[in-house]
Amino acid sequence: MSLSIDDVKKVARLARLAVSEQEAQAAHAQLTSIFDLIAEMQAVDTAGIEPMSHAQDVIQRLREDKVTEHNQRELFQSIAPQVEAGLYLVPQVIE
Amino acid sequence: MTWEIVIGLEVHTQLSTNTKIFSGASTAFGAEPNTQADAVSLALPGVLPVLNKGAVERAIKFGLATGSHIAPRSVFARKNYFYPDLPKGYQISQMDLPVVGKGALTIQVPSTGSGQAYEKVVRITRAHLEEDAGKSLHGDFHGMTGIDLNRAGTPLLEIVSEPDMSSAAEAIAYAKALHALVCWIGICDGNMQEGSFRCDVNVSVRKPGAPLGTRREIKNLNSFKFMQQAIDYEVQWQIDTLENGGKIQQATILFNPDTGETRAMRSKEDAHDYRYFPDPDLLPLEISPQWIEEVRATLPELPHTKQARYVNELGLSAYDASVLTSSREMADFFEAALNDVPGQAKICANWMIGEVSAQLNRDGLDMTQCPITAQQLGDLLKRIADGTISNSAAKTVFRTIWLWDKVRNNPPSNLVDFIIERDGLKQVSDAGAIEKIVDEIIAANADKVAEYRSGKDKLFGFFVGLAMKASKGQANPAQLNEVLKKKLAG
Repeated sequence: MSLSIDDVKKVARLARLAVSEQEAQAAHAQLTSIFDLIAEMQAVDTAGIEPMSHAQDVIQRLREDKVTEHNQRELFQSIAPQVEAGLYLVPQVIE
Repeated sequence: MTWEIVIGLEVHTQLSTNTKIFSGASTAFGAEPNTQADAVSLALPGVLPVLNKGAVERAIKFGLATGSHIAPRSVFARKNYFYPDLPKGYQISQMDLPVVGKGALTIQVPSTGSGQAYEKVVRITRAHLEEDAGKSLHGDFHGMTGIDLNRAGTPLLEIVSEPDMSSAAEAIAYAKALHALVCWIGICDGNMQEGSFRCDVNVSVRKPGAPLGTRREIKNLNSFKFMQQAIDYEVQWQIDTLENGGKIQQATILFNPDTGETRAMRSKEDAHDYRYFPDPDLLPLEISPQWIEEVRATLPELPHTKQARYVNELGLSAYDASVLTSSREMADFFEAALNDVPGQAKICANWMIGEVSAQLNRDGLDMTQCPITAQQLGDLLKRIADGTISNSAAKTVFRTIWLWDKVRNNPPSNLVDFIIERDGLKQVSDAGAIEKIVDEIIAANADKVAEYRSGKDKLFGFFVGLAMKASKGQANPAQLNEVLKKKLAG
């Protein structure tokens, strides 16, 4: 699988990253070398091995359904750029 | 030209846990904005999600109640998109390995003007755990949008059906059955106004035998009435479009309850490129067979099991059994009343479906607000069964209890017997008294008696009416009929 420069720009847009033409070229070279590594790994015979979804072969620990977090709105909102009536304010979004 | 309608549903049920799916913040509805938005809900750097056992337990319950496959191992994934009420920039959901797999739900589709009621099995594709997003408020904030993240991280079980429904009636019957089930097993409070049960409806039309048409998805319907209107409108729109030579574009659409119309949402570029991948913050979820068995032991008797029992053991019709099991409150009430009058299942069912439901409906109440208790209904049915009161007197007693002012007038322990006694509603079963009434009527209507005896059988009703009136409606009807027949025969 090869990656085009347009793919790089699309991924950047999806991730809301502004990239210059030069940065896109650099990212393209780096990502292509990662793809080469992936291709190498995919060439390994893994028949009969169940795929893992995490690097560690352990399972999820569960939490009891008890309230442990309490209201810290004032503390959290002290670092927000703009708040009003308890709400975080962001540039207008209209559907 | 006939068209076939194809409908599938995706239902988001908010799980009734105390805390969020990945953190210990409260999920109570109606709190002040952002007072339940903890560091995890806000996606502050360095936080780690820890899965709520209560949410998983509820998913297992749902799987058991629908005979679904429960995955021994399931995986959480990140669904990436940008929106201000999703502070992480991704929603934690499940993609390839959901917690609940294939299952089914049996629905009762009510009769319509032309068609009979019928039963149908709707296949469930999967159900997966995920977190809810926050809320955007487009109020008056100097041209800005307000964000409340209290709802962010609330656990949802998204239940996806196969496109097995072929009419709005079937889609609504399915949504109602699903709603009743999640309430019945106690995994969701079912409050649709508060958004605890939200439906996305996929609709397409096709010519019989043709491949599936292109679907449009109606988002976020939170009432059965709107669902009906939205599907009706959308189906008609698609048929008109196709018959006029147009094509259906796949789209996400919204229903406007004010106009009764559906319209496509502005399509966001790249909106469906979610770039799912396994969430490295969460390890695979394992559910052991022992855990499943522990959860199974806590499940109440399910609606369809109860229905079968009502039909087989109590001799009720399938229809009666389905109405009585439409909610757990209804079934519990019925069983408690029946406990007081064992063996009177049919009459008890008739009263539940007739008087009780009709009166609740009229007063806009639900079963939990019923002014008459199950014990009182049982007491009342007992007095009909033992012949103390007639059916019509029982209705009078019922209405009296219904309107009883419990605040000002503390009811006696047996309110039924008290009212029967106080209002003189006892049925006259005294043979002597009935015979006396009949004798008087025969004596006063010699001409009609002669007509009757010469073959005019229809006059019998006339005599029953007179006798009932004379007894002020209190004569035992069966006994009265018998005495009248005997005496009129001469």
